[in-house]
Amino acid sequence: MLLSEDVYIIGSGETKFGELWERSLRELAVEAGLRAIESAGIYSKDVQLLYGSNSLGGTINSQNDIGSLIADFSGIASNHIPAIRIEASSASGAAAVREAYLGIKSGEYDCVMVGAVEKMTDLYGTEMLDHMGTLLDREWEAFFGGTPAAMAALSARKYMLDFKVPKEKLLSISVNDHNNASMNPDAQYRNKITMEAAMESTMVAEPLNMMDCSPMSDGAAALVLCSGSFMRKRKLEGVKIMSSAISQDFLALHSRRSIYTMDSTVLAARTAFEKAGLKQKDISFAEIHNSYSIYGMTALEDLGFAEKGRARDVIDAGIGLADPLPINPSGGLKAKGNPIGAVGVGQFVEAVSQISGKAGQRQVKDARIGLLHNVAGTGSTSIVHIVGGA
Amino acid sequence: MGKLSAVWRETNHRYRLVAHQCGNCKKMYFPPRDICPDCHRESIGKMKEKQLSGNGRIESFTIVHDAPSAFARQRPYVLALVKLDEGPILTAQIVDSDFSELEAGKKVRAVFRKIREDGKGGIIQYGYKFVLE
Amino acid sequence: MSGIVSYGSYIPKYRIKPDEIARVWGEDADSIRTGINILSKSVPSPDEDVATISVEAARNAVRRGKVNAGDIGAIYVGSESHPYAVKPTATIVASAIGADFSLFSADYEFACKAGTAGMQNVKAMVDSGMIKLGMAIGADTSQGAPGDALEYSASAGGTAMILGKENVIAEINSTLSVTSDTPDFWRREGQPYPTHGERFTGEPAYFRHTINASKMLMERMGTKPSDYTYAVFHQPNGKFPTRAAKTLGFSEQQFKDGLLTPVIGNTYSGSMMTGLSAILDKAAPSDRILAVSFGSGAGSDAFDITVTKNIEKMDRESAPTIKKMLSDVKWLDYAIYAKFKKKIIVGDAVE
Repeated sequence: MLLSEDVYIIGSGETKFGELWERSLRELAVEAGLRAIESAGIYSKDVQLLYGSNSLGGTINSQNDIGSLIADFSGIASNHIPAIRIEASSASGAAAVREAYLGIKSGEYDCVMVGAVEKMTDLYGTEMLDHMGTLLDREWEAFFGGTPAAMAALSARKYMLDFKVPKEKLLSISVNDHNNASMNPDAQYRNKITMEAAMESTMVAEPLNMMDCSPMSDGAAALVLCSGSFMRKRKLEGVKIMSSAISQDFLALHSRRSIYTMDSTVLAARTAFEKAGLKQKDISFAEIHNSYSIYGMTALEDLGFAEKGRARDVIDAGIGLADPLPINPSGGLKAKGNPIGAVGVGQFVEAVSQISGKAGQRQVKDARIGLLHNVAGTGSTSIVHIVGGA
Repeated sequence: MGKLSAVWRETNHRYRLVAHQCGNCKKMYFPPRDICPDCHRESIGKMKEKQLSGNGRIESFTIVHDAPSAFARQRPYVLALVKLDEGPILTAQIVDSDFSELEAGKKVRAVFRKIREDGKGGIIQYGYKFVLE
Repeated sequence: MSGIVSYGSYIPKYRIKPDEIARVWGEDADSIRTGINILSKSVPSPDEDVATISVEAARNAVRRGKVNAGDIGAIYVGSESHPYAVKPTATIVASAIGADFSLFSADYEFACKAGTAGMQNVKAMVDSGMIKLGMAIGADTSQGAPGDALEYSASAGGTAMILGKENVIAEINSTLSVTSDTPDFWRREGQPYPTHGERFTGEPAYFRHTINASKMLMERMGTKPSDYTYAVFHQPNGKFPTRAAKTLGFSEQQFKDGLLTPVIGNTYSGSMMTGLSAILDKAAPSDRILAVSFGSGAGSDAFDITVTKNIEKMDRESAPTIKKMLSDVKWLDYAIYAKFKKKIIVGDAVE
């Protein structure tokens, strides 16, 4: 067997995340894509394959075939490269990066682009929640009144009860997110929040309130990935993808082994660490999938940073930028924002900034190795990437 | 409108809690599935319909304030994971209770209720909800 | 002889008092309580309708009688508040209890006596050998316009009776009906609330039909009021059935157990049948029951019933008794009641 190529991120870019009323789905995708291409120092004709990442275009925007849409409006339709959409709910982003990584690993492609976009704010209120139900098991969860927040709340209540964890512990991840986002110009919410204000925010699905929940966001993020040989030949610089791992579980929460352990995350993390030859202590920072605060807690455990029920110890030891384990330097899903199909790629954009020392005010000191954790819905798919290193 | 067939084909399961039992390992599945995730090939063609009792216990619950359009007039409503006596866990509303009465572990039983309506002129979709025993 | 094989009822958990309704409309609650003898009424949850009430009642009847639902050959649901104008409630009940595909079924409407009309129909089918077992349901989520006198009494509930020839707990010795075209109460197609003839609903309508049907049946059977252990009548309020019973010569001892309207209100098609259900909850072998319904429009169905020894073998507690359903209640104020009954207009919101 031939030794497969190492895969590097040579370009990255994103739009601001938030309520971008004047920007359309296609405009967002093109904006992020251009930034990625520019930062890579290549031309669009160098790109051999494009993966579009998007989750809800078909339902919110009544637009499918997002791969072609992005290629078309990026002006590369006449290059006739393959351009298809990767969909894995809120893990679409990391899934697309992983497919691009595999495309290069296979030796078939040298230079692949990932363009991730979600345009959510064209719908709002109860109608938007109808569409969010498509991220669950529509017939057996959403049909009966299940929403993503409600499902997270079911996990949260049992977790808090079984491990005697106070609500403040869950919210400390949100408070930390807002603190970091205040230093990120691309973040949706740049205001810092106090624990008192977080505790008193409007109830969404008890015990979760507004500050436990990531917002509806518009946003796009894009990457250019290439093989080590392509990078060296072009004399470019990049951040290495040290490992990529994905695992899957039952679609509906009620069918899983546990309602507060994501087995998909446990398995993906185990594989990602093994393949990278690293341990948890080697991680300089982690971008975790805290679409709801409870998932932030369980992620810390399922990724191996704490025993089950003891995520609070990691939080108590510190998750700020200068603490032992900086969590979500970007501001995370809670404060940077959660454009469903783009959020996983946004994590890579942050990782590249951190590892190349360009994260400005929110720069994590000696940020060498980042762990990126992207989850579909309530945990049906988890994808873990470890990036950086030598 | 539309989706009439999608609603209609689940009638037995949603009206009467008809589960599937694996003929190989005897494990019960609700919602029903055609392949047992434990027995795989050995279960194919052996998944048999089985009536559930509708009795169970609250595994966890939430009070939903931010509701999709079909449930907007019901909010706040209680959504729960109910562990049925026969084993399966399902997602359903708990009705006719004060929120303060709810607790993980409490016994519940299935009742027949309206789940959602397709507007004023559309079909009414019925199914299971639970009440405290 | 054919008769009742099993029975089951369902009354929603929520209640409202006349004081609360009177407070909103500036009326005198005392006069409601004493005048028409209504102390509270049942209110359906927003997710309850005649189909859900019928299903719960039907399931209680199936469970209590240990009946195999597949053996039921006919299902008739009588109501004036079927959830669909076109599309039967009976099909929903049939599916929800797991009845066979080979089944006679239809929905009935005859104001408050549609359920008992179903009982007569099922009895005839059993007697003729068309079916072995049949189910008749009377259920309503009745409508009373805000501020109207009916708002104090119009409630929700229903009862299912399974009739057959084997394991009969109460034989139906005889049944007859009276019918006349009397416009005492009606609801036109598409109208949300019914219209009634106020005092015209009394003498020429309720009393004339109820009392005559009772007398005609007793005449046919050669009985007098003292031959009956219990008497139960349609009960639009607490006052009418009491007066009818007394006019006929029944004592309070005979009619008090079947009189539920003072606490649950008028369940319309479910009214007399639910009263009968309360009597069956406590009846003993050889107890005799006169049961007479009334439907506006107008007519009455009268039944002469004798309880058999089989009732002692039945575990009557295996399904909720009326007494149990009367004890487990939740009280509503008018605001929540108005929301539950969808009396608050919210644009085009999907309800």
